[in-house]
Amino acid sequence: MKKVLLLIVLGLAQNALAETPAQFIASYSAEAGAGFIADATRGKAFASRNWGVSEKLASCTACHTDNLRNPGRHAVTGKAIQPLSPAVNPERFSDPAKVEKWFKRNCKEVVGRACSAAEKADFIQYAMGGK
Amino acid sequence: MKRALIILAGLVALPAWAGEHGRAIPLPAVYKTECGSCHTPFPPALLSAADWQKTMAGLDKHFGTDASLDAKTAEEISAWLKRNAGGRASATGAEPRITASAWFKREHREMPAKTWQDSRVKSAANCAACHKGADQGRYGEREIDVPGMGRWED
Repeated sequence: MKKVLLLIVLGLAQNALAETPAQFIASYSAEAGAGFIADATRGKAFASRNWGVSEKLASCTACHTDNLRNPGRHAVTGKAIQPLSPAVNPERFSDPAKVEKWFKRNCKEVVGRACSAAEKADFIQYAMGGK
Repeated sequence: MKRALIILAGLVALPAWAGEHGRAIPLPAVYKTECGSCHTPFPPALLSAADWQKTMAGLDKHFGTDASLDAKTAEEISAWLKRNAGGRASATGAEPRITASAWFKREHREMPAKTWQDSRVKSAANCAACHKGADQGRYGEREIDVPGMGRWED
């Protein structure tokens, strides 16, 4: 009986830790406020916009390209970056700590401020459609 | 006896030679993740312990970027870097830059200038552009393939 309970608890714990792009969108959307619906077109516009903050890293697309299904490339170092689209790269938007870390870093660097929950939801929605 | 000693001395020296010339030390997953996302995860032997300490102390101003880490991760990586640091002092200013070091310039002296400007290379820090095993920490000659030049023949 104890063993069964342990397995159930572990199973539940697994589900609590694992996340999917859809779950990220849902939680950022909820944070954005009642009635907010994530929009891929808005997300694309956000990703393509030149924020005028960093010279070399002016937009998300500077590294991630205008097609998130493609591999990207760091605009300064030239390092290859795996595609952001979860359709092509199932690792993307699966780890809450990783998602938060990169939003925090890249928004500060490129956008010049923290991204709002709405912007994050839109961006992931765009990344899911990936075109 | 004398011959045996000479051979023994050579064998003992081999790891040091190998360390400089392509024998990869394994890169911990945390290092590849945290220090190999934006650039090649550089081999720790390429900077001195003091230079690594300087780098880790200034992560918030890391070559123009805020690359700060949480304290626990920073500590873990710093310890590994210190343990595996190299003996050479590098060219440095406030920010130790591997590609500006005398060692780097000497190692790459046979590279024509135009190669560094090739868009496929983009940056001297982009080791993987030519060193195909760089992301795993390997720099052996057999894995060198230079864009516009091809495999390295010595």
